[in-house]
Amino acid sequence: MTDAVVVQGPSEGNEAIAVRDLSKRFEDVQAVDGVSFTVERGELFGFLGPNGAGKTTTINLLTGLARPDAGSVRVGGIDCTGRPRAAQHLVGVVPDESNLYPELTGYENLCFCAALYGMPRDERRERARELLKTFALAGASDRKFAGYSKGMKRKLTIAAGIIHRPEILFLDEPTTGIDVASARQLRQLVADLHDGGTTIFLTTHYIEEAERLCDRIAFIVSGRIVRIDSVGRLLEPVKKKHVVRVSFSSAPGDLTGGLRESFPELHAQLAGDEVIRVESDGPVRVGPLIRFLEDRGAEVTEARRVRPSLEDVFVEITGLEADAMRREKEKKGGGQ
Amino acid sequence: MKLWTAFLNILAKDMRTYYLKPPNVSWGLIFPLAWTGMFFVRSGSGLESIPTLLPGVVAVSVLFGTTSMLAVTVTFEKKNRSFERLLLAPIPLELLMLAKTSGAILFGVANAFVPVLLAAFLADLSGLAWGTFVPAVALIAVASTFLGLFIAVAVSEVFEAQTFSNFLRFPMIFLCGLFFPIAKLPVFLRPLSYALPLTYGADLLHGSVHGAHSMPFALDFAILGAFCVALFAASLVNIRRKWIA
Ligand SMILES: Nc1ncnc2c1ncn2[C@@H]1O[C@H](COP(=O)(O)OP(=O)(O)OP(=O)(O)O)[C@@H](O)[C@H]1O
Ligand SMILES: [Mg+2]
Repeated sequence: MTDAVVVQGPSEGNEAIAVRDLSKRFEDVQAVDGVSFTVERGELFGFLGPNGAGKTTTINLLTGLARPDAGSVRVGGIDCTGRPRAAQHLVGVVPDESNLYPELTGYENLCFCAALYGMPRDERRERARELLKTFALAGASDRKFAGYSKGMKRKLTIAAGIIHRPEILFLDEPTTGIDVASARQLRQLVADLHDGGTTIFLTTHYIEEAERLCDRIAFIVSGRIVRIDSVGRLLEPVKKKHVVRVSFSSAPGDLTGGLRESFPELHAQLAGDEVIRVESDGPVRVGPLIRFLEDRGAEVTEARRVRPSLEDVFVEITGLEADAMRREKEKKGGGQ
Repeated sequence: MKLWTAFLNILAKDMRTYYLKPPNVSWGLIFPLAWTGMFFVRSGSGLESIPTLLPGVVAVSVLFGTTSMLAVTVTFEKKNRSFERLLLAPIPLELLMLAKTSGAILFGVANAFVPVLLAAFLADLSGLAWGTFVPAVALIAVASTFLGLFIAVAVSEVFEAQTFSNFLRFPMIFLCGLFFPIAKLPVFLRPLSYALPLTYGADLLHGSVHGAHSMPFALDFAILGAFCVALFAASLVNIRRKWIA
């Protein structure tokens, strides 16, 4: 009976989301396993992890679409433990799948979603038109959602998630399945919302995206958070590292063994068919390196310093090949 | 005020996208006509039998009109995940489900008046007790809508909802005294009759159309109302247990 009753608790500190020992099990899978974290008001918090790590399940537990087995949840200062829908007036959700009404037009869909939050009619219409313009969908506003392309559906779903100007926004893989230009535009929009004070909880597979946007990041693997920190702090251990990628053609066999012997201070690794990745604690002298390779019959085409990225951190922490994870995801069809 | 906006828009959206669609409107017309025709042919009787047939046709129109729609408005939307939007909205679950069912209730009532209008042209309905008939139709529409809701949330596929509701609807039509008096049913089936909401609705309709009823109207209304409350509450329990699980 009390599902959506507004109970504004004493606003606890500055926390938009506070989760303690959250767990959720589905038959034989422990989807979320004792997760604890807090998200400050106005923060852009990234939730990163491979497929099936428990990201979507966590969002469902925080937004009232699922009931936790154990643990406590506070959203916007409201205790949602045992009342999963208590804070829904504060949150907006962009689900991982585009789930608007196929038989309504883009414009009608947005107006309807605004009405669910009690927005008056004139405001709904104005806001719907504004968002259609923002997402470059104004030309398709009178077409049915069913006829939208995948990327257009994704954009309209995002627009629907923010139409009521939520204080706290959950974005589940927002850029999966949309083109590069739209993705960039969307990142800008997320950054603008963030600047405007919206608290944002973002899940993504794109490590560069998280690195560029987020204040803090949690890595989740198999339902457990393995690390939470600010992007700067996460990058610290790899920042001191110097990484060089050397590309070449016509390599006669594996050269890394020889490299290790001749350059013991470098950590050399094959990073592709014809790419060697060299890591070192100090600057890498590329001259001798190239000479060594050319002497052994390789034709070096490029040697380039690589900026250490969160991907390195991620690989280190999770022991997962981040690239493989992303490729797998793209194969899956961009989350649609 | 905000909740009212949400309620009305959910109702209006369902009306526009489901109930007022041409196939549904024509279905709502053809179905009662077909039933009426069938019973005339079967009973081989003339226009004088209209008052005794009317309650059955009205009840069947309502029952089919309402229950069949919930498979779409609820089960289908749950399946394609658009229902999650409603579950994410700051609307109490009770109000949300009332909004999702009010379209079907109105649709059921509208369906009921198709055979009534037809009958009014063919027979003299001046003896009809409208004061009982209209609320009875409304309450039957509510009860069968909530029955449809109960089925719609108990299953996860649209075809399951349809199969399951046929499984309930057809025996119900024959057990609840609409076309065959309960007194003529085999003794062992009678307790079953009294466990069906439509039995009480049928009694109200018979009573208000041609005066023959076996229970006091107040009792019929009370029991039918209790069925409505129980079915709605059970559906909500299922939603909380299965959909916000
Ligand atoms: N309704 C459900 N019933 C059964 N198992 C589920 C259900 N929802 C999630 N799971 C399981 O819980 C685990 C976590 O799933 P979840 O969807 O949260 O992963 P994710 O991190 O969002 O993955 P992705 O990156 O692929 O979206 C998976 O093993 C999944 O199979
Ligand atoms: Mg997911």
